[in-house]
Amino acid sequence: MMKRKLLALALSAMLFPAAGTALAQAGKISGDVVKVAVLTDMSGVYSALGGKGSVLAAEMAIEDFKAQFKPAFKIELVSADHQNKADVGSNKVREWYDKDGVDMVTDVLNSGVAIAVAKVTTEKNKILMDTGAASTRLTNEDCAPNNVVHYTYDTYALAKGPVSVMIKQGKESWYFLTADYAFGHSLEKDATDVIKANGGKVLGGVRHPLNASDFSSFLLQAQASKAKVVALANAGGDTINAIKAANEFGLTKNQSVVGLLTTIVDIHAVGLQATQGMMFTEGFYWNLNKETRDFSRRFFDRHKGMPNMLPAGTYSAVLHYLKAVQAAGTDDTAAVMKKMKETPINDAFAKGGKIREDGRMVHDMYLVEVKKPSESKEAWDYYHVKQVIPGDEAFQPMALSRCPAVAKK
Amino acid sequence: MTEIFGVPIQALYGQLMLGLVNGSFYAVLSLGLAVIFGMLNIINFAHGALYMAGAMLAWMGMEYLGIGYWWMLLLAPICVGLIGIAIERLMLQWLYKLDHLYGLLLTFGLALMIEGLFRDLYGVAGQPYSIPEEFAGAFNLGFMFLPKYRAWVVVASLSVCLMTWYMIEKTRLGAYLRAATENPQLTQAFGINVPLMVMLTYGFGVGLAGFAGVLAAPASQVGPLMGSNLIIVVFAVVVIGGMGSILGSVVTGLGLGIIEGMTKVFWPEASATVVFMIMAVVLMFRPAGLFGREK
Repeated sequence: MMKRKLLALALSAMLFPAAGTALAQAGKISGDVVKVAVLTDMSGVYSALGGKGSVLAAEMAIEDFKAQFKPAFKIELVSADHQNKADVGSNKVREWYDKDGVDMVTDVLNSGVAIAVAKVTTEKNKILMDTGAASTRLTNEDCAPNNVVHYTYDTYALAKGPVSVMIKQGKESWYFLTADYAFGHSLEKDATDVIKANGGKVLGGVRHPLNASDFSSFLLQAQASKAKVVALANAGGDTINAIKAANEFGLTKNQSVVGLLTTIVDIHAVGLQATQGMMFTEGFYWNLNKETRDFSRRFFDRHKGMPNMLPAGTYSAVLHYLKAVQAAGTDDTAAVMKKMKETPINDAFAKGGKIREDGRMVHDMYLVEVKKPSESKEAWDYYHVKQVIPGDEAFQPMALSRCPAVAKK
Repeated sequence: MTEIFGVPIQALYGQLMLGLVNGSFYAVLSLGLAVIFGMLNIINFAHGALYMAGAMLAWMGMEYLGIGYWWMLLLAPICVGLIGIAIERLMLQWLYKLDHLYGLLLTFGLALMIEGLFRDLYGVAGQPYSIPEEFAGAFNLGFMFLPKYRAWVVVASLSVCLMTWYMIEKTRLGAYLRAATENPQLTQAFGINVPLMVMLTYGFGVGLAGFAGVLAAPASQVGPLMGSNLIIVVFAVVVIGGMGSILGSVVTGLGLGIIEGMTKVFWPEASATVVFMIMAVVLMFRPAGLFGREK
């Protein structure tokens, strides 16, 4: 087989001198265009988290890169809706790589879709910079350090911050409300590990179907458990409805509710009245410093909403990728990945961020507490940043890695 | 404390209460569907979208015009009813002679369009709608905190169901309606304007959906997907109760709400499917539904 391939290659090199030159120019930009693709949920439950906001963030990254570096190569952006279906996502990506010459895919929220897309990306030897999905599987069981970067956050980082702080406050007993699918299970597992490591205990939990419209019944069970903390291992609309019901049923009077994956978009949707005092980890807050404010205001002008960590992460990932292509002088996967891992990340999203050998992008995370309505001075002024969690503490240490490619030999 | 299968009896009371609340929503929604199917022979798939429209209207009234909950509880169903009348006059009335499938497809298409419109305008995260001040707080029933608003939902839905039943079964207007369903030609011959009756019935049926939407607005997030999450269950309720049976849809709505609530205690993962399991069993033994008549 191998021999025949070699023979064919030699033949074609003789017959088509042009092909030979193309091979010789492997160090250049393929097709003279760097193509970036945003794959996200455009209309479903998670579209408010990434969706059009992520596409806009990628556009902004390309504009900023062009303005700053005046690259010699062309940059194109394409986007598609994966409808939260793994098969739709992986087919689209396959088409992008095979037919459209896409070099890098980003966003890809929804862990189920992300894992499928990571497999295709590895097979085609392209780059996935996942800024949307949560599951730690992307850098553990399903890791692909040569092709996949897990950028913005993961279930471990989400669980770490609030859990350790809550337990320090004496709230050591926990109860879970978990979305009954891969992401929820992963989040519950990571959070349980952190709880146990910190000396807390899990009193129980209930698994609810995805998109459960009514949470009152589950919350009543959480109430009956007498746990000090009720942790929501769900996202999007499920989190929003659970928080609303928790307030209505007076759960928040005696117990703390922690939305393990909550972003500013959810807080904006529910309002401060019902969410005040909630604590969770975010990878980004628009009002951290001048740089985040400048970026976020520009984003706001075009999106009519502030960015959460997903679009902000997408912006950063695209920018970092393009800078690496510029520096390497090629869009060849191995060369760009090497460059990306060598270079620290400094932009509106991350300061001193670095991509670890397992593909995990490590950067500071923020433990935030939602303000009281009386404390909020302007629209979107929602968080007290309680603690900056340094990247090395926020993410799962390499020693615990379950990634076969980088595990200690 | 007394326990049943390891669950304290107190907790069960709480779940029964919640089942009743959810059942009330099912009852109002399936009532609207049953009325429409009974009178028009239309399987109204746009019901969920119009329920969502009711909730969105309540939110829009508050957001843009400063109209409070109580006025919207009256105005939103009327608006939704008018939209319904427009749909009936412009589109549905041409389909009565055809197979059920055409009505189903048309209303399904409308549902997708209405949802798509709101999704495009407002995104899917949804809008917050706070509970009216009169109902802030909760009753302490000893075994649980029952938010006052949820109690109001039960009272309001059951009153509306009762009024609807009374109007259709006990008044002259109701008698005309029933006659128009039974034999449209003959009723028309008696000088009763049947098309008008049909139009008003559809308007009223979807108005009920709008009403349920406003009721739901403070209790859940107001967003474009809220209707499609609910409508499939409501259809199952109608099928179990017997297509077109008014009493059946109300009783089944409440009953299934309670069964679903119980499932959430004993087997939470199955709570989304239990209604369909019951539907399958009922259809095996009583194909016309629990309260339906074989034709």
